[in-house]
Amino acid sequence: MDWVTALLEATVRAATPLALAALGELLIERGGQINIGLEGSVLAGALGAAIVAEPLGAHAGLLGGAAAGALIGALFAVFTIALRTDQIITGTALTLLVLGTTGALARTLFSERGIALTLPMLPVNPIPGLQSIPVLGPALFAQPYIAYFAVLLAIGIHWWLTRTHAGLALRAVGESRENARVAGIQVDRVQWAAVLVGSLLAGISGAVLVLAQSGTFVEGMSAGRGFIAIAIVALGRWRPLPVLLAALLFGATTAAQYTAQTFGWTMPYQVFLAAPYLATLIVLFLSARRLSPASLSQRGPSLA
Amino acid sequence: MSTSITARGRALRLVYVYVAAAAAVIALAAVLLSFSGFSVANAADAAWRGAFGSADAVLSSTLVRSIPFMLLGTAVALAFRVGVFNIGGDGQFLIGAALATSVALAPWSMPGWVHLILALGAGAAGGALWGLIPALLRRRWGVFEVLSTLMMNFVAVHVISYLVRGPLQEPTRIYPQSSTFAEGVRLPSVLDGTRLHVGIYLAIVICVLGWIWLFSRESGLRARLTGANPIAAESAGRIDTARTSFRVFIVSAALCGLAGSVEVLGVTFALYENLSPGYGFVGVAVALLAALHPLGVLASAVVLAAIDAGAGAMQRDAGIPSVTAWAVQALLVLAVLAGRALVNRARAQDVPRTPVTA
Repeated sequence: MDWVTALLEATVRAATPLALAALGELLIERGGQINIGLEGSVLAGALGAAIVAEPLGAHAGLLGGAAAGALIGALFAVFTIALRTDQIITGTALTLLVLGTTGALARTLFSERGIALTLPMLPVNPIPGLQSIPVLGPALFAQPYIAYFAVLLAIGIHWWLTRTHAGLALRAVGESRENARVAGIQVDRVQWAAVLVGSLLAGISGAVLVLAQSGTFVEGMSAGRGFIAIAIVALGRWRPLPVLLAALLFGATTAAQYTAQTFGWTMPYQVFLAAPYLATLIVLFLSARRLSPASLSQRGPSLA
Repeated sequence: MSTSITARGRALRLVYVYVAAAAAVIALAAVLLSFSGFSVANAADAAWRGAFGSADAVLSSTLVRSIPFMLLGTAVALAFRVGVFNIGGDGQFLIGAALATSVALAPWSMPGWVHLILALGAGAAGGALWGLIPALLRRRWGVFEVLSTLMMNFVAVHVISYLVRGPLQEPTRIYPQSSTFAEGVRLPSVLDGTRLHVGIYLAIVICVLGWIWLFSRESGLRARLTGANPIAAESAGRIDTARTSFRVFIVSAALCGLAGSVEVLGVTFALYENLSPGYGFVGVAVALLAALHPLGVLASAVVLAAIDAGAGAMQRDAGIPSVTAWAVQALLVLAVLAGRALVNRARAQDVPRTPVTA
């Protein structure tokens, strides 16, 4: 049953960055914003991690990624919260900006050396005892610590959203800015915090791509994971623990693609890759607007 | 739209915003380039030659690139006007390109121009079909189209990936792409010896038609009212806003599909993966720079295409990565967004806002 372990291990590995970015977007969306620029934060996080990890090591690289992601989030917040620009257009422009900037930076910083960039990577941190469980142990409990962090983070956010005043304030803002303001909540400050923390997590997600998966930086390596995170939030119906499961589902389809190829299945592997998006569409259809934060789909100020 | 005495003042202030935004972006780009150790003079020279420096640069580079930008920009402008955030331009573009490809490769004996029109029509139909799903989800069940169109983009990418390795793959089955179209089913060039094809006429006509429809037709007015304030449009204007936005959604998607078919029939002559390097996003940028005005789309599409073409030349001649183009385009959008936000804020303090500003 070796391939089951391999499949599970690959699933968790692929799901870790997705879960981190999705939990970040969840915080932003529960506060009533939608950040298409999350893709930009993930990519910026990947480059930030690469730049910092090269001289200072993988753990510092995570911090570099977090900072780069938060920087893009700060730009998003300046535009959408302080200047009240449209979220969709701002997020789109920011993603484009990061694609261009990181591409140019990476070529000037790394490619002139003529050798492929090799970065220090996060070690695997097996959990004693649990890792010797047959089949599951090596797959689930021999991951880099950042994978365990993602699980704890989901639990922590669940607790924070449902059991703390600050979490309640965030949800109140997401349901109605007006009502939240009347209730004495500093709406802008809450949304700023949500965008910054959410984008920081997206930056860590990008760092994980570099430091736990590829060990190098490639242009455009986020490859739509920021957008996938938005899908995962919808599939998980804006709740942290279901979001974690949804991230695993998306991770599983990536992993299954390789397994299917190894086994030489004749089914087109694109079916696996497209399946989670179709699943998300079906969940959106089944749950419609009822479960998403109410102010998410409201129009911003006039665009024209 | 606004016929008040402030209309001219508004237009003038918009001009200031655009000039200031362009100046800011050029200054920032110059600073960044010199900071990265490039010669700003060389870069500017290369960019100018690549975008406008010769007839060939204008015709074969800038204008050819502007064709999909015009179509996608109009598509996004119309959709955003009615309050539909169709960011599924990429997916609709790809499916349009795929359907146009299958029609173009069909071994039908008919005059080339009939075959071409059928292929273009198939592209528009493909885009509309791909937009139909999120449009229906929005109309019947209130599913937020930003999420659904985003999902449809990913599904489209995988559909194309399957098609170019399956039913539409070229006969030798080596490359993940379709066969090349026969000479007869390619959009003819406007001038011999250039790559500029007749798609440019189509794109310009679409922009003008979009302008006429939006500002001179009753249904265009209904669309603008729906986008400006759906509740007022429904209650005071007796407009069926759900139907209005549904129809515009489909038209927008059809235009994206048409853009895909024009691209395969006029430029690539084959279907392959990565046909759209984020065209859906560029469409959003084009529409925003044009202030969602179909005639403005003509200008902003050429400007953004020129940035693309100029960046290509900068890479060839000055060694500056061409991806810089995206950063410059994005900076331009952000600068205009910020400028307009600041102008609107200043205006809100001295003039009472009219309810319809779109």
